[in-house]
Amino acid sequence: MRAFFLKGDEKMDIISAALPMLFKGLQVTLYIFVIAIILGFIIGLLVALLRLAPNKILNWIAKVYVDAIRGTPFIVQLFFIYFGVNSLQIISLNSTTAGIVTVAINAGAYFAEIIRAGIQSIDKGQTEAARSIGFTGAQTMRYVVLPQAFRRMLPTITNQSIISLKDTSLLSVIGIADLTQQGQIQASATFEAFKIWLAVGVIYFIIIYLLTILANFIERRIQVR
Amino acid sequence: MSIIKVKNLQKSFGKVEVLKDINAEVQEKEVVCVIGPSGSGKSTFLRCLNRLEEISGGEVVINGQDITDNKININKVRQEVGMVFQQFNLFPHKTVLENITMGPIKIRSTEKSAADKLALELLEKVGLREKANSYPGELSGGQKQRVAIARALAMNPKIMLFDEPTSALDPEMVGDVLEVMKQLAKEGMTMVVVTHEMGFAREVGDRVIFMDGGYIVEENEPNELFSNPQHERTKAFLSKVL
Repeated sequence: MRAFFLKGDEKMDIISAALPMLFKGLQVTLYIFVIAIILGFIIGLLVALLRLAPNKILNWIAKVYVDAIRGTPFIVQLFFIYFGVNSLQIISLNSTTAGIVTVAINAGAYFAEIIRAGIQSIDKGQTEAARSIGFTGAQTMRYVVLPQAFRRMLPTITNQSIISLKDTSLLSVIGIADLTQQGQIQASATFEAFKIWLAVGVIYFIIIYLLTILANFIERRIQVR
Repeated sequence: MSIIKVKNLQKSFGKVEVLKDINAEVQEKEVVCVIGPSGSGKSTFLRCLNRLEEISGGEVVINGQDITDNKININKVRQEVGMVFQQFNLFPHKTVLENITMGPIKIRSTEKSAADKLALELLEKVGLREKANSYPGELSGGQKQRVAIARALAMNPKIMLFDEPTSALDPEMVGDVLEVMKQLAKEGMTMVVVTHEMGFAREVGDRVIFMDGGYIVEENEPNELFSNPQHERTKAFLSKVL
């Protein structure tokens, strides 16, 4: 790798000159990702509970949301929120907020399905045992069902988080200075598209790889005995 | 005074009527065993006593409270009614000790130290004190069921319901569980036990209820019912299982 970058002093300078900007972009990517994924998870949990609620109208609302998000491309959702909602001139979202909202809403729909399936995979006897002790429905969810469901869901949640992280690269089209956007700027400024985009790819790969290691670590820690 | 009073209880699953017209009473400190062929509705009957099944019709009065009334707090009633399941249903993500202390700590706001002490006493009672820090997955079926009994007892219930507690156990494990239940009966616990263990019903039961087709066909004290059944269906059932 090093030899590859070291073809000539000048070439190496181009890369090392570009790197600080790329890392700046990475910071933006991670900032948006972390906030959006936390929001997305909260949305997903709420929507999953709505889908499982004993109320038909709530089920329907949750189902419409999930279907709408799953049935449309991410980029259309992004344009809808950034250009569409802003054009109504009721609220004004800057590009970063629009980006976070889009990733959160998008991930939320997928998380909702993952969490719903996780909850439904827990044996009914667990709920019955908890209720028979005197736990309320909410306590049963919190202390008995969800802790077990999350252990089962973790690999799928990791997977969706990685997809969402990669989706943030699409936010560059609304002018967010994320890693991809910085790559674009550097590539056109230096005319070194091959190396810049390779560097961008490597940075994404390392981040996602670290995320995978973290997830595996957590998974081992909380294994059901 | 009867601590459980069931009047004209009906339960349907969709169009299938599982309980047709059940009338029964259980006195305080009484041990009632419910027997009958599978599909007779005996487990459903038991599960109606703490409203794990929504009741379609009739009255179920537990400790003076009609639990079919939606205004009562069913969670409060359930704290007084322990239940033990055929499949144990221990919480696999919690240790044996945590399984037992969870109810007292989360529902009754008992101090952890006091809850632990109570749990260890109960484990002692069921002969599993040394398993306090094990996880359910590390226990045999019989041990799991004894922990499940301890978990139910931790809420200090007035009534204990047993839903075929030994049916999922290896034969050599059945004795330990029945022993714990016998001890409980001796201490004066009010118990309703759905069971296939006729020996237990005869030895420990104060009364045996025979159910078939969604009705209570016959009830009597065990010796009388087993040696001198009055109804044809009771006779037919007993001739098959005894």
